[in-house]
Amino acid sequence: MSGNEVLLEVDDLKKHFKVNQGWIASLVESFGRGEPDYVHAVDGVSFELREGETLGLAGESGCGKTTTGMSLVKLHDPTAGDIVYDDTRLSEASDAEIKQFRQNAQMIFQDPFESLNPRMTVYDTVAEPLRIHDIRNETARVQRALEFAELLPAEHYFDQYPHELSGGQRQRVAIARALVLDPDFIVADEPVSMLDVSLRAGVLSLLDRMTDEFGLSVVYISHDLSLLRHMCDRLAIMYMGKIVEKGPTDQIIENPQHPYTQALINAVPVPDPAVGRERVELQGEVGDVIDIPTGCRFKNRCSEYIGDVCDQVVPPLEAKTDFEQDVACHLYDSAEGYDPYQEMTGSPSAAETGDEPESTPADD
Amino acid sequence: MSQLEVEDLEVYYETEEGPAQAVDGVSFEVEEGENIGIVGESGCGKTTLAKAIIGILPDAGYINNGSINFKGDDLTEMTNAQRRRLKWEEISMIAQSAMNSLDPVYTIREQIVEAIETHRPGTGRVESGEIVTQMFELVGLDPERADDYPHQFSGGMRQRAMIAMALALEPSLMLADEPTTALDVIMQDQILKRMSSIQEEINSSMLVITHDVSVVAETCDRVIVMYAGKIAEEGPVEEIFNQPYHPYTIGLKRAFPNIRKSSQDLLSISGYPPELIDPPQGCRFAERCPMATDRCREEEPEAHYENGLRSYCHYADEIDTELRPYADDPGTWDQAAAATDGGVEE
Repeated sequence: MSGNEVLLEVDDLKKHFKVNQGWIASLVESFGRGEPDYVHAVDGVSFELREGETLGLAGESGCGKTTTGMSLVKLHDPTAGDIVYDDTRLSEASDAEIKQFRQNAQMIFQDPFESLNPRMTVYDTVAEPLRIHDIRNETARVQRALEFAELLPAEHYFDQYPHELSGGQRQRVAIARALVLDPDFIVADEPVSMLDVSLRAGVLSLLDRMTDEFGLSVVYISHDLSLLRHMCDRLAIMYMGKIVEKGPTDQIIENPQHPYTQALINAVPVPDPAVGRERVELQGEVGDVIDIPTGCRFKNRCSEYIGDVCDQVVPPLEAKTDFEQDVACHLYDSAEGYDPYQEMTGSPSAAETGDEPESTPADD
Repeated sequence: MSQLEVEDLEVYYETEEGPAQAVDGVSFEVEEGENIGIVGESGCGKTTLAKAIIGILPDAGYINNGSINFKGDDLTEMTNAQRRRLKWEEISMIAQSAMNSLDPVYTIREQIVEAIETHRPGTGRVESGEIVTQMFELVGLDPERADDYPHQFSGGMRQRAMIAMALALEPSLMLADEPTTALDVIMQDQILKRMSSIQEEINSSMLVITHDVSVVAETCDRVIVMYAGKIAEEGPVEEIFNQPYHPYTIGLKRAFPNIRKSSQDLLSISGYPPELIDPPQGCRFAERCPMATDRCREEEPEAHYENGLRSYCHYADEIDTELRPYADDPGTWDQAAAATDGGVEE
């Protein structure tokens, strides 16, 4: 592992999907009346992925974590924002650069029953990326990948079809397929959630070994925080298309600051009857990602709601004065001196209650 | 007296190659107001067991032997009509993916009212409407939305509506098969909390079937660990978690990451459960157990009783000495896996 160099930089990534309408609505729209609706699946996400680092993306269903992951390997083209890989902005990259990127960015999907072509043998499945990228030494590479994935002896699996394999073995084939091109980073979307309990640990330790031995960076996408704590160096918690908290894993799990992160972590059951946990009830459900509310997206469910500032000003994800992780919440003081009260509309009194950062002598 | 007594139950499925022994000689009791968790991997027979109790086995399944006594009556000897009367009223079930088992062409209210009126023919519209309101409030849904159709609800709301329906007649036994597996953690937490508070209120007992050891740790009084159609170990939840005697329980417990621990080695039980059409003659777990001896492969283990636990392992009386740390070490299991891997393809 070569340490701290940034491998991938995600810069204000947005991915919106047009809501599917009936043909009458599209007709009306084509006459220039009404705006189409968009699902704001990912709405301004920025983070860095360093070499050899494991990053976890967590959140409830519909928070945009899978869309973010798919955008990372360019299975989606972003609506706005960009991904910078190896000093190249992907939006401006040439075809050759994109091909190079695709070779280095691989994905492991949630359901190994769906992600493998039922008509292809294990050998062809794993060899296909090599053929696409015109890489020689096919047999030796396929064999090595299968052996790494603990499918032994590899030749035994060459001519098997997915239906002859168990779920755990299929997921290992998917891992071998992702590794065969020797990529720089892998996005793993719920890699073990479809597997039986007794097999999960085996696949997880394989993924662990993969990170160590190949010096890979991995983005794990999961709603299972116990699993992410086990696998990741850093975590990013997402809510309604935005990251609300981001930082070192232990820091976030043991000392969460955003009210949403706190609720999420409190809700995770503990496999130990002796541990009592405080259960905070979160009101309501995840809001509408079509008609985005103003201000903080979590305000309606938040137990710490502090009034107009939450209603009007979108809290930026930023460093705060009192702790290590970045948090998007108005409760805490910005380390950079940003004052959300200044952005409030038509309420001079509110501005006064702020600390007037302009005049406060930050430079003493 | 126990509310439910399952004795020596055998449930088989007819297959082309002969009967598959999905549940094989299972006995346990459920006391009034008690919560029992049944854990085990897919195919261990936990769902079949629940289906046999409520009497909804698929056509190929049948009860080969044994009895299921519910409040003194043997369910296996009842006619379908007698059983139907018990369903919802006395025993209700929240099925796996229950959120997809609502009828899409009726409103939620109509479906709950139908269940109430079928079982309590005298109940008037107003009264059953009140029950719906009450149940909706209990599970944290807005009663005004009872007139919505299932598609207007989110997954979590539908699951809660199903729970409201299962509770409407205040059954004395609830069977919950993976009640929260399809849900996000926050919703899971809320539903589990609601279920236990409702349960206290109507003093019903519950059988929770799940693969998630942590859900059981938080909601149940006692746990049954099943493996390949048989009970491997059974007892109070604290004992099962702190001092289990069966190697399978030890392995299963260590296979889950715990959010409260920063670094932990996960344990992986390699291999697969045996075929249930022709199960091995000795201990069913022997093939995957790192501590198995020839005795395990030949002789079926008897129950060992200690500390309130019932454990089916030949070496349960020795595990308290040096075996437990050995079984608790993931390395032990990895070595066993490597040994069998080498020997499989000859």
